Amino acid sequence: MTVMDPTLEEVKRRAEEREVLLDLENVSLSFGGVKAITNISFNIKKGEIRAIIGPNGAGKTSMLNVINGFYQPQEGVITFNGEKRSSMKPHLAVSQGIARTFQNVALFKGMSTLDNIMAGRATRMKRNMFWQMLYWGPAQREEIEHRKKVEEIIDFLEIQHIRRTPVGTLPYGLQKRVELARALAMEPELLLLDEPMAGMNLEEKEDMSRFILDVNDQLGTTIALIEHDMGVVMDLSDRVVVLDYGRKIADGVPEEVQSNQEVIDAYLGLSH
Amino acid sequence: MFYRTSGQFKTTYESDQALFPIKQDMFLLVVILAIMYAIFPMFASEFTYKALLVPVLIYSLASLGLNILTGYAGQLSLGTAGFMGVGAYACYKITTIFPEMNIIIALFLSGFFSAAVGVAFGLPSLRIKGFYLAIATLASQFFLVWLFEKWAWLYNYNASGAIEVRTMDIFGLVVTGPTASPMVQYYFVLGIVSVVTFAMINVTRGRYGRTWKAVRDMDIAAELVGINLMRAKLSAFAVSSYIVGIAGALMVFFWKGAAEPNLFDIPMSFQIVFIAIIGGLGSVMGNFLGAILIVALPVVLGLLPELLGLTIGSATMEHVNVMVVGSLIIMFLIVEPHGLARFWALIREKLIIWPFPH
Repeated sequence: MTVMDPTLEEVKRRAEEREVLLDLENVSLSFGGVKAITNISFNIKKGEIRAIIGPNGAGKTSMLNVINGFYQPQEGVITFNGEKRSSMKPHLAVSQGIARTFQNVALFKGMSTLDNIMAGRATRMKRNMFWQMLYWGPAQREEIEHRKKVEEIIDFLEIQHIRRTPVGTLPYGLQKRVELARALAMEPELLLLDEPMAGMNLEEKEDMSRFILDVNDQLGTTIALIEHDMGVVMDLSDRVVVLDYGRKIADGVPEEVQSNQEVIDAYLGLSH
Repeated sequence: MFYRTSGQFKTTYESDQALFPIKQDMFLLVVILAIMYAIFPMFASEFTYKALLVPVLIYSLASLGLNILTGYAGQLSLGTAGFMGVGAYACYKITTIFPEMNIIIALFLSGFFSAAVGVAFGLPSLRIKGFYLAIATLASQFFLVWLFEKWAWLYNYNASGAIEVRTMDIFGLVVTGPTASPMVQYYFVLGIVSVVTFAMINVTRGRYGRTWKAVRDMDIAAELVGINLMRAKLSAFAVSSYIVGIAGALMVFFWKGAAEPNLFDIPMSFQIVFIAIIGGLGSVMGNFLGAILIVALPVVLGLLPELLGLTIGSATMEHVNVMVVGSLIIMFLIVEPHGLARFWALIREKLIIWPFPH
């Protein structure tokens, strides 16, 4: 049996059928006189891999920061899971099910891989100081229950061998993987990946791509992804939104976006 | 050879997360505790208690408190002695207002006062970091010492301006005041230090410890994994100041017997910072090693000439002492900048794989 690539119409139809998870409407963000994001609307649907691309300084990372509550947009309406969001703080976004990784690895360098991933579950652990001091009974049960979850993630991402290693000493590719593990430990509904493949070699990129697909497929996590490697973006993502100078210039399935004249101009530049 | 871990398999997460996953560590701890609880009291003289054992324990406890804040949560503080003072004065006031209260309860209550003051002075940590925060805590140091001097209510309007510990007993056993036996006081301090240390080992390897370390290593990332920065920092200030306060109360009630406000001045803050840094930031055991080096070693060195039958003037010995301890500190910091605890960890790792190099 040969696997056929689905036709363009089919891909579009599939995307249409999905429920909306996150909806942004006319979002604008500025820092003083600098407009980072101007009047952008798009949505992310449940279970899809959504890529956000654009040249440097297009406002991609600002977009992620708006989504996870690190920046407050001056205008616009954000709806997550059918709920309109008023003001937002990052730790609240986490409890609603939004996790992210960073462009530059942002791990807790002095801690082991295991502790880093366990830290991702900090908001889910509830035992108070008294039980913590005894480390016995409920506190120990809680710790072990979360350890089991964390070990599942460690298995999933194949990082068993570096469980006890301080992350500061790990090679870059593995650090990125530990960061993904920490984000997964939060059991997010929406996972924001900011350039998960920046600075990786081909093999590491292939590994990471496989993990992203596995996370999407097996855990059912919705993924929003910023990436500069166009090959990766076009292969992985279901739909792509293209930003340039803080504006949206294209939005659609990869094939559409690739052939969009404005996108080509943005990337290759225009002759004046 | 002594540290061979082969054959010790972990089949459950309980055993993997146990306090001592390696049997030899457990054995070592039992030996140390046996020496502390049984062997020392058999031989120690009053001088040993008053000049060596009790001070080392109390300074270790204070340094442990500071280490929670600086080593684990990454918030620099130069106000340790001030917070110790709050603990001591609070304990003094509690025991004068409620003379019948058990001293143990008074001690643990007084920790709450220093914790509250610590949280209040920790509020700037929400906006400033690093050296700037250290300067902000320095302000608390000056302010608190000034308060101990000027607020006469704190020392019960004594003419001397100092606090003096009266004789108190627990179930008939005199524990404080001039008539208390040093051995009883030693056991008392040792008991409290053991309990607090055990609790802190557990806290630092559990949820709070991870939260604090996450804030220390990268606070923005900590916030984005869902950690409430304000709560994490202030809880570190609270726990740290609580322990430091108890250490201060122990110092006055079970060691010095009396205290003037200037006891809690900057030199002591610095001394405790040194203990924490040389012992190893972010380690519980390091505090004890650091206190032995900084508090006990000078005393032992001072005794040496007498033991060897040499006659050296005490002033000369004082200078020699400063030189020896100073060069040892420099040597240890060059050999292992991360402190004595890391030094021990490296030795232990080498012992585990000995006789092989890798």
